[in-house]
Amino acid sequence: MKLNVAAAPHLRSKDSVRAVMVDVLIALIPSFIVSTWVFGWRAFWIMLYTMLLAEGMELFIMKVLRKQKNFKPDFSASVTGLLLAMNLSLAVNWWQILIGTFAAIVLGKHVYGGLGKNVFNPALVGRVFMLISFPVAMTTWYRPFYFKYDTITTATPLAILKEKGVSTLANWPDYPINLKTLFIGTVPGSIGEVSALALIIGFIYLVLRGRIKIWIPITYISTVFVISSIFYLADPTKYASPLFHLFAGGLMLGALFMATDMVTSPMTVKGQIIFGLGLGLITMTIRLFGGYPEGVSFSILIMNAFVPLIDIYAKPRIFGTTRGGKK
Amino acid sequence: MALLTFKGGVHPPEKKELAEHKEIKVLPLPEKVYIYTTNHIGAPAKILVEPGQKVKTGQKIGEANGFISANIHSSVTGEVVEITKMTNAATGMKNDVIVIQRTGEDEWELIQNHGDYTKKSPKEIVEIVKEAGIVGLGGAMFPSHVKMSIPEGKKAEYLIINAAECEPYITIDHRMMLERSKEIVKGIKIIMHATGVKKAYIGIESNKPDAIEKMKEAVSGEPIEVKVLKTKYPQGAEKQLIYAVTKKEVPSGGLPLDVGAIVFNVSTTYAIYEAVEKGKPLVERGITLTGEGVKNPGNFIYRIGTLAKDLLEHVGLVEEEKIDRILYGGPMMGIPLPNIELPTFKGNNALTVMTKEVAPKKELYPCIRCSKCVQVCPINLMPYLLKMQVEKREYDKALEYGLMDCIECGSCSYACPAGIELVKTFKTGKKVARALKGRAKK
Repeated sequence: MKLNVAAAPHLRSKDSVRAVMVDVLIALIPSFIVSTWVFGWRAFWIMLYTMLLAEGMELFIMKVLRKQKNFKPDFSASVTGLLLAMNLSLAVNWWQILIGTFAAIVLGKHVYGGLGKNVFNPALVGRVFMLISFPVAMTTWYRPFYFKYDTITTATPLAILKEKGVSTLANWPDYPINLKTLFIGTVPGSIGEVSALALIIGFIYLVLRGRIKIWIPITYISTVFVISSIFYLADPTKYASPLFHLFAGGLMLGALFMATDMVTSPMTVKGQIIFGLGLGLITMTIRLFGGYPEGVSFSILIMNAFVPLIDIYAKPRIFGTTRGGKK
Repeated sequence: MALLTFKGGVHPPEKKELAEHKEIKVLPLPEKVYIYTTNHIGAPAKILVEPGQKVKTGQKIGEANGFISANIHSSVTGEVVEITKMTNAATGMKNDVIVIQRTGEDEWELIQNHGDYTKKSPKEIVEIVKEAGIVGLGGAMFPSHVKMSIPEGKKAEYLIINAAECEPYITIDHRMMLERSKEIVKGIKIIMHATGVKKAYIGIESNKPDAIEKMKEAVSGEPIEVKVLKTKYPQGAEKQLIYAVTKKEVPSGGLPLDVGAIVFNVSTTYAIYEAVEKGKPLVERGITLTGEGVKNPGNFIYRIGTLAKDLLEHVGLVEEEKIDRILYGGPMMGIPLPNIELPTFKGNNALTVMTKEVAPKKELYPCIRCSKCVQVCPINLMPYLLKMQVEKREYDKALEYGLMDCIECGSCSYACPAGIELVKTFKTGKKVARALKGRAKK
């Protein structure tokens, strides 16, 4: 009898990295649908195109450049591609996306050694690369249901807040801005960020599947809520309400799907809380005082850089040792 | 009432249904037994017999050689045919083995001075346990008499009986509690008497309701309490069990006694009863022969030193090509056998025969820092970081991050979606770190 002497444990969970990635893709389906409904086929094709592009580039890098003959797609590139597309304006064209995807997959991921080794969220590396390279296209916003109207472009709620002040928000002529439209997503913005509702549905799915570092969104969103509440209570005529800050711009997409990227976020609960707090602080600093209307992308990239440090600082107390790690 | 437990852990499929309803059967005597001189943790026993010598069942054939060591006894009546070396699957080393050919039915040689424990001093009881060669039968094989000798200046407050049996497939302790509850309780009282402990707890996982009932019945009127534990792996790991029952953490690098606890496994308790009351040295014990590769899984009493092959004959195996691996113990911490011509030893509580169908086939991926390993580690280590440090040979860092605190339960490897062999790295890492430490001392 030929016996296998492999190492214990001799039972393994059925879980796999591919299953994790598939779950993230499933969780993004509601947003995919809402984005297509609000922005039409253009949004649909951008999302599909970016995903396929990212997956294709990954396949080429792994099979041809890295000579991994047995490589089978783990769908991590699809996740990067879809998230990148969801962070884009509708005004970008095919070759701009090609360059952005290249930045995401190559600069964001493979220069570090591929899956699991990158420091920065690859989709955001791609997005910020495009923001710098194609600032006009990246900040030209289409009206929701633009395909029904003559005028196409307008400003996002956060941009209106930044440029025209809080009083203009309620009477914006192009489209209605209120908590309901912000929550459902019938406002302009990046393709996948507009609907808080759709993102939250996907988030709940990930929570139920045990796929998410839950303390990051909780602390991130809470910090934004607390800081915006303080300013709102101090002067409601100048500052927008906390719920506006929660549902406008990329906060939900960023907090639920970008900041929680497993590879680029801390592993311990304590670390995730520190990470979320930092994200909230930086986002609100940029939103309130910065030159850009919204600060989600930058705050995530900045905090990504701190992750190795946070992981070491926030290591849990080992069982049977006193706090501080002494024995 | 909330079930008692610890932080972390995993919930692998239990697979207890294969054998949990099978009554314990006593197996026929084997024709030949092979008894290791290292049937325990510590120094090998000093051999007392030579080839050609006739021995009786229970006759001492090897003597404890040092403080942490244990006696070994012949498990059949017959003749010593040879003393040779065989691979010990537990250590991977070649160890001395005394081979005994059975010549007839049992002729017992019992321990002197056995009988009613209440009439004996603690010292006398510890002496009998030592004489009987009893070691931890949960698998650790630590000599029981050493555990029962409380060093001066220390005090044992609780006795905890480990009846969690959290490893999948294994059911022998469960059956022992159902079928021999009175004897186990007597064993507990013997240990309490010998150690001066006033309060004992029996920790049983919630997936054995019949055993919980039975033991509650058996302990009524005694200062012994049954504690129901959450069904979770590794609930039966010593530190996790102590924490679940007492909420006290055994200090890193310390012993249960540092928090006033001593822990004995159910089967060990039973063996202590048999030695003290009946004078029987440890020559037989219970085992679960199970797994999808076994035709008729069940629970049995077998003679220590029986070849795995001879044991498995009693339950029958499925077709050879379906079998993937055979384990001493259960699937989480079990030791894979290189072949079945190897003898069993005192710590064998199960032989699990796994088929190719259930054996792990995990695709390998890079670590995506999902943090599953951090969540499940019952010791609060950061397995992914520790693995990097061990692989980079940064042992100082690895030690600082708790390499030596790893209890090798395998929860991290079990849970990892990337299929990374985390615990395997730590086991090797610990060996290297110990060797480096030894070299530094010289």
